[in-house]
Amino acid sequence: MQTYKAPLRDMRFVLHEMLEADQLSKLPGYEDATADTIDAIMEEGAKFCEDKLLPLNRIGDEEGCTYENGVVRTPAGFKQAYDDFVGAGWQSISSDPKYGGQGLPALLNFVIEEMVCSTNLAFGVYPLLSRGAAALIETHASDTLKDTYLPHLTDGSWSGTMCLTESHCGTDLGLIRTKAMPGDNGAYRISGSKMFITGGEHDLADNIIHLVLAKLPDAPDGVRGISLFLVPKVNVKTDGALGPRNGVSCGSIEKKMGIHGSATCVLNFDDAEGYLIGEPHKGLRCMFTMMNGARLGVGMQGLALGETAYQSATVYAKERRSGKSLAKGADSGEKADPIIVHPDVRNMLLTARAYNEGTRALAYWTALKLDISAKHPDAEVRRDADELVQLMTPIIKAFLTDRGFEAANLAVQVHGGHGYIAEHGMEQLVRDARIAQLYEGTNGIQALDLVGRKLGMNTGRLLRHFFHPATAFVEEHQEDEALKDLVLPFAKALGKLQQATLVIAQKGLGDPEEAAAVATDYLKMFGLVAIGYMWLLMAEKAVKKSNGDADGDARYYENKMKTARFYMYKLLPESASLFLRIMTGKTAMAQFDEDDF
Amino acid sequence: MAINKVAVIGAGLMGSGIAAHVANAGHDVVLLDIVPDGAKKRSELALGAVERMLKTEPAAFMEKRTAKRVTCGNIEDDLKLLADADWIVEAVIEKRDIKQSIYRMIDGVRKDGSIVSSNTSTIPCRDLMEGMDESFQRDFLITHFFNPPRYMRLLEIVAGEKTRPEAIATVSEFADIKLGKGVVDCKDTPGFIANRIGTFWIQAAVVEAFKGNVTVEEADAAIGRALGIPKTGIFGLMDLVGIDLMPLVSKSLYDAVPENDAYRTLYGEPELIKKMIAEGSIGRKGKGGFYRLNKEGSKPIKEVIDLASGNYSKALRPTPDSVRAAKRSPRKLFEHDDASSAFAWQVMSSTLCYAADLIPEIADNVVAADDAMKLGYAWKGGPFELIDKIGADWLVERLKAENREVPALLALAAEKGGFYRTEQGRLQYLSTDGSYVTIERPAGVLLLSDVKRASKPIMRNGSASLWDIGDGVACLEFHSKMNAIDPETLGLIGKSVETVSKDFKALVLHNEGSNYSVGVNLGLALFAINVGAWPMMEDMIKQGQDAFKALKFAPFPVVGAPSGMALGGGCESLLHCDAVQAHAESYIGLVEVGVGLIPGWGGCKELLVRNLTGKSRGLLGGGAMPVISKLFQTIGLAKVSRSAAQAFEMGYLRDGDRVTANRDRLLADAKARALELAEGYQAPEPQEIKLPGKSARVALMMAVRGLAKTRKATPHDLTVVDQLGIVLTGGKTDTTDAVSEDDLSALERKALITLSRDPLTMARMEHMLETGKPLRN
Repeated sequence: MQTYKAPLRDMRFVLHEMLEADQLSKLPGYEDATADTIDAIMEEGAKFCEDKLLPLNRIGDEEGCTYENGVVRTPAGFKQAYDDFVGAGWQSISSDPKYGGQGLPALLNFVIEEMVCSTNLAFGVYPLLSRGAAALIETHASDTLKDTYLPHLTDGSWSGTMCLTESHCGTDLGLIRTKAMPGDNGAYRISGSKMFITGGEHDLADNIIHLVLAKLPDAPDGVRGISLFLVPKVNVKTDGALGPRNGVSCGSIEKKMGIHGSATCVLNFDDAEGYLIGEPHKGLRCMFTMMNGARLGVGMQGLALGETAYQSATVYAKERRSGKSLAKGADSGEKADPIIVHPDVRNMLLTARAYNEGTRALAYWTALKLDISAKHPDAEVRRDADELVQLMTPIIKAFLTDRGFEAANLAVQVHGGHGYIAEHGMEQLVRDARIAQLYEGTNGIQALDLVGRKLGMNTGRLLRHFFHPATAFVEEHQEDEALKDLVLPFAKALGKLQQATLVIAQKGLGDPEEAAAVATDYLKMFGLVAIGYMWLLMAEKAVKKSNGDADGDARYYENKMKTARFYMYKLLPESASLFLRIMTGKTAMAQFDEDDF
Repeated sequence: MAINKVAVIGAGLMGSGIAAHVANAGHDVVLLDIVPDGAKKRSELALGAVERMLKTEPAAFMEKRTAKRVTCGNIEDDLKLLADADWIVEAVIEKRDIKQSIYRMIDGVRKDGSIVSSNTSTIPCRDLMEGMDESFQRDFLITHFFNPPRYMRLLEIVAGEKTRPEAIATVSEFADIKLGKGVVDCKDTPGFIANRIGTFWIQAAVVEAFKGNVTVEEADAAIGRALGIPKTGIFGLMDLVGIDLMPLVSKSLYDAVPENDAYRTLYGEPELIKKMIAEGSIGRKGKGGFYRLNKEGSKPIKEVIDLASGNYSKALRPTPDSVRAAKRSPRKLFEHDDASSAFAWQVMSSTLCYAADLIPEIADNVVAADDAMKLGYAWKGGPFELIDKIGADWLVERLKAENREVPALLALAAEKGGFYRTEQGRLQYLSTDGSYVTIERPAGVLLLSDVKRASKPIMRNGSASLWDIGDGVACLEFHSKMNAIDPETLGLIGKSVETVSKDFKALVLHNEGSNYSVGVNLGLALFAINVGAWPMMEDMIKQGQDAFKALKFAPFPVVGAPSGMALGGGCESLLHCDAVQAHAESYIGLVEVGVGLIPGWGGCKELLVRNLTGKSRGLLGGGAMPVISKLFQTIGLAKVSRSAAQAFEMGYLRDGDRVTANRDRLLADAKARALELAEGYQAPEPQEIKLPGKSARVALMMAVRGLAKTRKATPHDLTVVDQLGIVLTGGKTDTTDAVSEDDLSALERKALITLSRDPLTMARMEHMLETGKPLRN
């Protein structure tokens, strides 16, 4: 059975002890974000997700969305849950107060998003898309568009979509064919067809605001000729009231592997009225400004499912009895012990757990930097924080979704045959987790983003924001008796990562394919080392309180230290094999001709 | 007869520049002009010219004191100064009667056998000689310099019918060896070679651009790097030389070329250009030209003219699709279908055809034409080399497809397979009779490119190669981007030392890049810093120190032969050589402070050791302190010499180092020097020196703190030069301790690592990489 209790203790540890997140309350605009407020909101969020969203997860999966004559119905209970969700203000935690939002840090929103996606990913993508659309409009659209659309997107009465993909192109957006012709009153007429549009049509909100990439008649070829348009499903009259339907219709919805409760639509634009956002031909650039937030959000989905997988598998492993403990032997007095006594099962559970806790730390750390990059008064601090976010974005998107999928798979494995049947909900987790590795830029694209763009930016300046604190930590703590056994394996892995980074940068300059061929390995290696650093930061805090003199919570801190050790001994060493793979470069792959396949 | 003393008549831009360059070559020179009406000083034109040259950049004189070799005068009072001149250059206004009256004046005082030449760019030799005495005609020729005479390497020489061969040989040799010019023999035809082709080219571009299909920036982007042409393009070039000269040059060429010359159909002067000249928008020397800097705002904005309206707007930096696709392949540029491609094709195809039609009318062979365009217009390859790059057959096919006439020589090249070929390792050119002729280099000219054509490297990696240049001498060539020094370069130095020890007598460090080396690969260093790879950084520094140390103590002599910039690590490589044979245009300096670092590959060490030990000891006065303070200033201010001569003053070159004026002779001279040193060579012994330690460092820093108070030094400057001070004063030593070379290397390493970890240094490095300029933080 899918089991989920929001890991509030761990969330609080990362937020308050490791990250000291109430530093955010010192930033202008975030004064309300004190530790108490954050805790209170998290507790409410946990309740909402556990009580309202988790029970709908299985129903959503089994029932799915239905399509009839251009109308899409979400699974039973979704509409009510959505109304409750937006009614309670969960949609607008970190939205701009100017448009009715609560103006709290994005970090807090990410925490809530984790809980939402842990309990019901198919539901979670609707509000996620709306927030992405709102962020884009807020940053790039005219004041008129902002005033018309943002209040509704903020209160959730309207929802939003991103319309990029067409049937013949997804990643390579330079090839899109959707056209925009200049029309009356500065508006444009949009024609074309888009597919894979999440939330493109549904019954949750009164209007749907599509953000559409299209080409103007005078557009240059390729990605430098793409413009961005706002196209409402229902036209909005000058007084703000809803008018007639616009020329947008849903042609069909996809049957797919997972997230059945989420409507994935083909959208047809037939001379639909649209409004330009940003400058002509510079739409992709606008799109990219929200990409960081969206990719972090998707990364969080991996973590979210990993958490549910771990909790569910743990419950099962403690209940299910099979075989005798090798450690206790015949002495246990039971016919069979719970399977959690078995080393293989433990390894699986601890793998999921160590990744979950580590990636949570990494995701929150990055989200904190996202807030600092937005609000800090010192421009240089903002820049540095932004650069760390840019560096970590592809890693979080790809590494966390890969780990989430891995955890879901492990949960199936822990369940044995019971994981493979629908009853326990484990196979749903696998199916649902799979999408996060694909959308918002496949994980392969994330790896290319890391080695092709992020590594080289300003001669590697982005890297500084990770490597310098990490090396400084090693230098400071390598003689620290309490942490030594964690620091040493980390230092080794860090050194290899530094070496791999230099080699890729140097080889890649001469032959970009050399870098591309090892990109996925490199991203994983970077992810492993980054999580290692997170475990050090957590251990640094936990070690002080794990000696029994803490506030009755010593067990929690001791477990932190034990999990840290598990990570350093059992998971981080994979970086060494990745290092070897990276060093062999592209030859093993490139020696084949296309015809050899 | 050898040329010793030179006189120049006419103190305009060209005349004074020629005089300055003769002085640069170490010869006395007389500079005369007329006495202007109402003159305060009778020789004020010449005096003023010298004064102006001492101020303007790029400097005409290699050292300020060189100006003393120029004797200024006027043609009314000082003609007697011509009496002992071996060569008299006339560089007065382009009017035949005036020039001839000057010749008559000269002829009255000049000594027998002296040579007279004109710097005319437009008047044929036979016109100048019309009606002149036969004896004068025998001593007369045209020597056409390009502006500015010190820096432009082309010298076109045109002999008259009666000119005696010795006169030509004497001037050619002087220009080649002493002035460093690339001498190209021309025929007595209009515009000679470079301007005949160059003017056609510019005119073709102007005509095409005024058709309105491309903007000025697009035009300049199209005709640029992809074709091996400087990035100024056409309009940028006109701004540089002066738009006002255009009508004069183009009109005189129009008048002079034959009736049926293709140039005549092109000739014309757009109204906009007339208007620009009338308004003083004549280029960089005026108030801007096709481009201008608008300084009204807080930041100067580069603006560009619209050829249709004449209005200026903010200049864009377009990279047309065709140029992007072409990279450095001209054919790909022409094969594209955008407007820039069409523009480039129109201009270049007509120019290349024009050039092909002019052989042998203006030059005996294609080599002369290619040399002229390379040396005079800074093209990377001349027109015929460019055709080979495009493919002569492809070019012919396309011309035919467009129903255009194919020049006979071009058709011949297409048939034969190109204008140049390599046969048994030697470069050959296609002569007009269809045979290939081997290019012979004059005695004393050794080109690494010829060696490379004829042989395989002894060893090679991505950044450097080792070549056998004959007679037991090896040459180590850098060939990374900008010849930056990286771990691969250093690795090859190490291996070279082993190989040369076994198989050769001596080693020369030389390459034919436009710069010898810009120093360490800063991007790589910054990247390593950004990933926090401190141990690797330290290894890299150590690797450089070890490589250069191996050069210094190798059992064979090492001669550095730089040309252009030798900065930072490039300079340090020279400091470890037994001797340097520098091209006159060598810009040497330890510039590390500019990027927040200090010299760490032995720059500090070598300058200390060479000034505090051996023969040169005491040159700077007693004790170490004067030496240290001078080095502290030179390195602390990141001084770069503006010539080889200046590098001696600054201490980057020392007694025994020598200078070659002509780049083409540099390698041969360096090789000769290396062989000279190889006789009974003994490697130097490691030295120990005494340094004053902390008290001296404190003293050095006091002065710098004063500068910081007046804001002449930034806080980070203090941090950086403090580290420099630690190294130069020997760290924790005092005058009683001996400091070894290895101690100094260790000090350099420590200081470098300390500075590498400073974010302000990282910001400086990054700024330099991104803008090419130092950051003052």
